[in-house]
Amino acid sequence: MKTNAEIVATARKAFNSGRTKSLEFRERQLRNFLRLFEENTPEILKALSSDLRKSKQEAVMSETAFVVGECQTLLENFKTWARPERPSKGLVNIMDELLIYNDPYGVVLVIGAWNYPIQVTLLPVAAAIAAGNCVVIKPSELAPATAQLMADLVPKYLDNECYPVILGGPKETAELLEERFDYIFFTGSTRIGKLVHAAANKYLTPVTLELGGKSPVYLDSSADIDVAARRILWGKCLNAGQTCVAPDYLLCSKEVSEKFVEHARSILKEWYGDDVQKSPDLCRIINDNNFQRLTNLLKSSKESSKIVVGGKSDPQERFIQPTILTDVKQNDPIMQEEIFGPILPIVHVNDAQEAIKFINANEKPLALYIFSQNRNMTESILNSTSSGGVSVNDTVMHLAADTLPFGGVGSSGMGAYHGKYSFDTFVHKKSILVKDLGKLGEKLSYARYPPYSDSKLNYITRMLSARLPFSFKYVPYTIVFGLGVASAILLKIVANMYEKDKLH
Amino acid sequence: MAKVESELILPSTKVSSADYTNAAVIDIEPSESLPVPKCNGNFYKRNASDVVAIARAAFRSYKTKSVEFRRQQLKNLLRMFDENAKDMEDALKKDLGRHRQEASTLDVEYGRNEILKALMHLDEWTKPETPSKPLVNTLDKIRIYSDPYGVVLIISSWNFPINLVFTPLAGAIAGGNCVIIKPSELAEATAQLIAGLVPKYLDKECYQVYLGDATETAELLKERFDYIFFTGSTTVARIVHAAANKYLTPVTLELGGKSPVFIDKSADMEISVRRILWGKCSNAGQVCIAPDYILCTKEVQENFVSIATKVLKEWYGDDAQSSPDYCRIISDRHYNRLMNFLKDKRNIVIGGKSDAASRFIEPTILVDVNPNDPIMQEEVFGPILPIVTIENPYEAINFINAREKPLVIYVFTKKKATKDLFASNTSSGGLSINETLFHFSVDTLPFGGVGFSGMGAYHGKNSFDTFVHKKGTFDRDFATVTEKSTSFRYPPYSEIKTSFINGVMRPRKAIVPYKYIKPFLIFCLGIIFVIIVQLIYCHVSDKHFF
Repeated sequence: MKTNAEIVATARKAFNSGRTKSLEFRERQLRNFLRLFEENTPEILKALSSDLRKSKQEAVMSETAFVVGECQTLLENFKTWARPERPSKGLVNIMDELLIYNDPYGVVLVIGAWNYPIQVTLLPVAAAIAAGNCVVIKPSELAPATAQLMADLVPKYLDNECYPVILGGPKETAELLEERFDYIFFTGSTRIGKLVHAAANKYLTPVTLELGGKSPVYLDSSADIDVAARRILWGKCLNAGQTCVAPDYLLCSKEVSEKFVEHARSILKEWYGDDVQKSPDLCRIINDNNFQRLTNLLKSSKESSKIVVGGKSDPQERFIQPTILTDVKQNDPIMQEEIFGPILPIVHVNDAQEAIKFINANEKPLALYIFSQNRNMTESILNSTSSGGVSVNDTVMHLAADTLPFGGVGSSGMGAYHGKYSFDTFVHKKSILVKDLGKLGEKLSYARYPPYSDSKLNYITRMLSARLPFSFKYVPYTIVFGLGVASAILLKIVANMYEKDKLH
Repeated sequence: MAKVESELILPSTKVSSADYTNAAVIDIEPSESLPVPKCNGNFYKRNASDVVAIARAAFRSYKTKSVEFRRQQLKNLLRMFDENAKDMEDALKKDLGRHRQEASTLDVEYGRNEILKALMHLDEWTKPETPSKPLVNTLDKIRIYSDPYGVVLIISSWNFPINLVFTPLAGAIAGGNCVIIKPSELAEATAQLIAGLVPKYLDKECYQVYLGDATETAELLKERFDYIFFTGSTTVARIVHAAANKYLTPVTLELGGKSPVFIDKSADMEISVRRILWGKCSNAGQVCIAPDYILCTKEVQENFVSIATKVLKEWYGDDAQSSPDYCRIISDRHYNRLMNFLKDKRNIVIGGKSDAASRFIEPTILVDVNPNDPIMQEEVFGPILPIVTIENPYEAINFINAREKPLVIYVFTKKKATKDLFASNTSSGGLSINETLFHFSVDTLPFGGVGFSGMGAYHGKNSFDTFVHKKGTFDRDFATVTEKSTSFRYPPYSEIKTSFINGVMRPRKAIVPYKYIKPFLIFCLGIIFVIIVQLIYCHVSDKHFF
């Protein structure tokens, strides 16, 4: 058994060898990464089923196909992204060269979570590989089958020195965090996020923290309640509510709530049949601790609010039926923490105004969901609340669009990823200014040297004063417009000639 | 102390988008309820929690959300610079003995320019971005909003006490935040000036200056902020970072480090020496990106020293102490720290003179410095330039890579291969070829450190982006076609649905990439234009155009 220090030292040595900087090497690793999924999808699905009783369709949608899709995007684009950027330059820099290099950080630590153990562990890993880093991978111990599978598979497909997998619980993770990393990417709870952030203090390691929070839904009376209910319940029942962006609670008026519950009842029946426990499509709760926590929330809610849908549970299987509570008050226990389970409390508010007030009185959530056909109202909620991301008239989907940065704000996290944002997370943008040693450039900037004088000062002030750079933005449009004009004239001339020929 | 209503204050009782585009009037009681700053000695003593509570209430009033409000504040800030440039230069003279030319170009004008740029680009930056979308999202609308964080703390440093306050401040205001400004107490005259001027020009609730030393800063850091922007040393940065842990506040840390210079013999020595010494002597070396030490061969070292002697004489005359163009060291503590480096006189080939009373240290060059000497163990941050001799660029790169990542690396060479060698094989905040300090002034280059030299970057648009949260927003309708085309995701699950998902999730570009649509339409517009002209011509003259 190698110690953590040895594993990190090996990775650092591998990084220092410059191996991971080569684009061909990265490409090979990413192709192997894809091959890992091609060749082992049944095993992965089995492990997910054993940890969470995740059904195949959910596992494919939210784990394997999702990671493969992102990895293909990385493969297709990472060479373009890795190329130095050439920012626009002002008049003073007209003779200089400006570049922004994408430098890999070095040795990166990725700490995964258990709810989507493949996605949240391997997605950042793929991006860190594409960006040219070495990666120490720490899967969550709470999804043991998947963790073990990753520890078995990754060394078979990826470079062993550059991408080691380390297994272990809180104690091992704490030990690992004593090592020096150049970047830490963490997915998990706010409480552990703080520990990771504190550990990063020693070497001032930059971190991305993907946390959670109580993501609210505002359901307006203008929405199509049936479609809205489907989309909300889908987000809530996915992975049995154990999703960081799951709708946590619903804000709506009393009338809307009644309609919603009515639709919800029939939708859930349509989805899971009369006996939900028998349906193969609903996940189980990850462990006894969380099951206990959720059933306690249910118990305490029985006193203060009404269970209108569901409420059944079975400790043997850690099964909890999708449950809806109404008349929930702001101070109820269920409104004090992220639920992370298939229980949906409904808090009654009179209008959007009250909903905004309610949302802003709490910590900034990871996601916010607005269901409304009133554009003005949607825009005002968007403008007067802050959250990691937003889906309007749907749930979870903003996470799936890879041109949107996905991440939290405030206590729901810091940093963002997906698509190009994942790549950018794992590189340091190194600015480069290249000047020549020519006499002309030296003459033009000679005024900066002592002895100082007022005339020198005036010259420099004039040189450096901010001006709007000449905008090339409209040049291509003008050219294209001109081309249109030219081709029309040309066509006309050709037509004329043809006609003349005919006349002759 | 009057308590500020912590209850949410909304701009109006009816929600409509128009309410948020106009500046809302703050609902809290005017000045009466605000704690009146008490003048206690030199510093305004104010309770940190009151200061932050006022700013938070102001933020919650939504007034900084209005782009017009931000524009007005930036304009006021610009006016503040125009009306008080002279006072700022005087304060800098008092704090650092800085000549007007340096004070103006490196500090005052720079800060002013960043405000001007923020003003020029405000509309463009604040508009939600519309990223390209994958084929599956053709029917949906996706946007990225730039949400202000809320209440931001800017802790500044004493070496460029104007620039390092107002450059981040411009970004924070443009981003729509409320800001608590904590100038460095070590540049006391400037700090006092800022504290006096800011309330005269900017909104008193949204933008407040808090003065104080380490104890007061510690008090301030106990408060909750939504972003902390810190410029200073690595040691204090750890304290700031640790304080940010409580609420997981994101931070930008602008630190320093030993920024090396590599010179090879292909470089024009006359020009290189001037540029390096200018970077080292500006502000008497008290610049976070000052060249810290030189790596070169013995031969280049000799050449460097002989030209440096001539250049320094040309700049500061025979007696540097009597030159008005040369700064002093900020404090006795820093003066003593620097004098320790000069204890061993053997290596001094240029300079070495000093005066404790005025905290003057002559520009000094040390040759053949041993990598284990004390001066090579910490950031010099003063006008002392050690030269370590190496044989070739590879040795230089190994030397640099064996140490903490610096804020910048300077390379002086005419060889393209050497430039590329350094660009691809070293890691640093920035890299500047054949020039010092100037990369700081290029606003399209992000400026910031990596590793121990810091995290986060700013300047120009990067400053704005630092102070906003990029909120990804996905927007879809209730149309039947949308719902039908996405209902495969619902239970009961099946093999058919699963394989459909597999197909849909494969990344596919839109058939006609979004970026080609606009040019195509404009092309058509050109054709239509000609047709219309032709028609009009026919109509008017009853003749064909051609």
